Amino acid sequence: MPLLYETQDDTAQVQIDGELTIYTAADLAAQWLPRLGATPRMALDLSQITEMDGAGLQLLLMVQREAPKAGTRLEITGQSKAVTETLALCNLVV
Amino acid sequence: MSINLDQAQQTFIVEAREQLQAMEESLLQLESDPGDDDAIGAIFRAAHTIKGSAGLFGLEPIVSFTHIVEDVLDRLRNGSVEVDAGLIAVLLKSSDHMLELINVVANQGAKLAPPALAREMELCQILQEYQTPSPVQAPKAAEASDPQAPAETRLWHIVLRFGPEVFRNGMDPLSFLRYLQTLGEIIHITTLTDAMPSAETWDAESCYLGFDIEFSSAAGHGAINEVFDFVREDCQIQIVAIDDPVPPMNTGLVATFQEQDDPNTAMVTTGQLMPDQRSAARMPAQVTPDKQPATSDGKAKDGAYVRVNADKLDELINLVGELVIASAGASLLARHCNDDSLQESTSTVSGLVEEILDGALRLRMIPIGETFNRFRRVVRDVSQELGKDIDLIISGAETELDKTVVEKIGDPLMHLLRNAMDHGIETAEARLAAGKPAKGHLHLNAYHDSGSIVLEIADDGAGLNRDRILEKAQERGLVAPGASPSDQEIYNLIFEPGFSTAQAVTNLSGRGVGMDVVKRNITLLRGTVDLDSQPGQGTVVRIRLPLTLAIINGFLVGIGQSTYVIPLDMVQECIELSEDDGVCSREQGYLDLRGEVLPLVYLRDHFNHEGPASRRQNVVVVRYAELKAGLVVDDLLGEFQTVIKPLGKLFGALRGISGSTILGSGAVALILDVPALLTQIAQTDNRYTTPPLQQATVR
Repeated sequence: MPLLYETQDDTAQVQIDGELTIYTAADLAAQWLPRLGATPRMALDLSQITEMDGAGLQLLLMVQREAPKAGTRLEITGQSKAVTETLALCNLVV
Repeated sequence: MSINLDQAQQTFIVEAREQLQAMEESLLQLESDPGDDDAIGAIFRAAHTIKGSAGLFGLEPIVSFTHIVEDVLDRLRNGSVEVDAGLIAVLLKSSDHMLELINVVANQGAKLAPPALAREMELCQILQEYQTPSPVQAPKAAEASDPQAPAETRLWHIVLRFGPEVFRNGMDPLSFLRYLQTLGEIIHITTLTDAMPSAETWDAESCYLGFDIEFSSAAGHGAINEVFDFVREDCQIQIVAIDDPVPPMNTGLVATFQEQDDPNTAMVTTGQLMPDQRSAARMPAQVTPDKQPATSDGKAKDGAYVRVNADKLDELINLVGELVIASAGASLLARHCNDDSLQESTSTVSGLVEEILDGALRLRMIPIGETFNRFRRVVRDVSQELGKDIDLIISGAETELDKTVVEKIGDPLMHLLRNAMDHGIETAEARLAAGKPAKGHLHLNAYHDSGSIVLEIADDGAGLNRDRILEKAQERGLVAPGASPSDQEIYNLIFEPGFSTAQAVTNLSGRGVGMDVVKRNITLLRGTVDLDSQPGQGTVVRIRLPLTLAIINGFLVGIGQSTYVIPLDMVQECIELSEDDGVCSREQGYLDLRGEVLPLVYLRDHFNHEGPASRRQNVVVVRYAELKAGLVVDDLLGEFQTVIKPLGKLFGALRGISGSTILGSGAVALILDVPALLTQIAQTDNRYTTPPLQQATVR
């Protein structure tokens, strides 16, 4: 699966590998959202994302909204060109 | 992104091809009538739609080329560029080039080959000449025709709320933003997520995104609005200009309907918003009434059609075929039961099934006109190539026939047309010398005739050289040296394979090339082709095709214990063969039908049925094309809807039988191949019988 998840101390390391698009959004969401709140911190590595679309963006925004509610602090450790471009297009900072 | 929109892109490719087809037709229309504003509008819309959708898929090469074409077309529409032959020619070439772009770039995902790129450069150069001529005049004209088109950059406020179905419909909101960027500059954009529900009800495949955009662009409202054509149905869109002088009114929204008369643009009411109201949230209720008339307007044309996979249609027709058999079986059983109410209900069912069958078959029927119209371009190009002035006249374009047949008949028709232009119609000088108008005429015609469709290709050229064909046929041993075949037979010899490679017979060469292939293709469609020619007057090729390939209305006849099906469309009448008549006509082999000579075929003998003939026999009078004959049978069993089951390969050589069908009772009935039977008699008659009969059969 494209979502790599491992816990180190109080930080969950999350890496998404491949597409973050409508094709993967549902699977990723099912794996990802339930894990919010499991650890106080979550380090998000977006550097391996090859492609991102509106559905992917929406998932990212969802995680961003839900994480604080669940008590997890998000931290982005890396982002690929595809991600940077998409975020720039929408004038967003994650 | 291209992977993401794969399916939508396929639709785009199909639709773009259709648009180009329409563009080409309109161009040809414009060529014959330069003042036709509708045609100009149609051409512009086609190019515009292709550009818009190509942009959506990020197909840059298509967008950039189409943009130039569109620009020229816009000038044409404004009247700042005049229609002339050169412009039409370059636009036709441009539409060809766009088709190539779509095939290469969109369909194969490849880049254009160098020769094509060179061609593109060339086209661009020619097009640019049309772009520049009157820079002062052009913007004025643009303003006059389109009050919303601004001369300078202005600021727009765009509010987008994507509906939940957007992702599922294969759209990506971000691609619209990207495409929007090609029209101008996004000054500021706010991504809105307030529509996202709580985590429990949130669905990764539903779209909850929204954007507020400040957009600076020189494009008009219509152009910006068209960016969102593909999501209009699933989306709330508001586009307002915000740097206009504030209108002296209290309401924030001032509706302006100027653009409503342009069907392709301005689906959302243009409003002008006061700056202080810009930030106020717009309630959906406020937007919906604006949106409603728009969608219906745009869909009026598209909504009339549903794209269905042809396989599904075939499946349906196949099922309906089985249903027909099953329902025939049920009514047969009901009849044996002597139960009135049961019989009544089965007959209602049969009636309905028949209607379903008709409906299902009609689904496959498409007018031949589309195929015909394609030839306009062919005729135009070939006639220019040959330096001949040829006019194509099309009639009967609305005649409908089966989709499969339409698809397969295109090539043979094209071949026949090319032949007619190349070898049939003479050069202008030769025509004038022969006392004919310099302009040659080709006539394509289609009509229904006794259960088949007839396609006619007529030219007013020199006609065929009868003697040369005969000579050549004798040379090749196709005709016995002493025989004197009729003109008709001689002309039809050019369909023989032996003629396909006519060498060095100057006034014949080409006329025969591939004609055997044409004939074979038509025969495969269970059709026939024949040809008539008047020296100096022209040639007519007639193609006769069955309307459909799957189901026929049959007429059941019995011989002894066996049942045969005659296609009902070919049955003209049934008469009783009295005993006296029977003896007399048996000897002569024909019957006097109200003074007409009717050759008889004794099916009992023809198919070698044993046992004595019944005392009272019947004659079924059948007609196909110009041939008419009587089939002598024992019993007439009535009408029957017949699903054709093709015969196996083993029976491929069987003459006179075209297929089989299963009756309601489970018995097998053979379907008579009436055309083959009649041709057989005609041939036999020509050879062995006396002249009057020959006359009667050939008429």
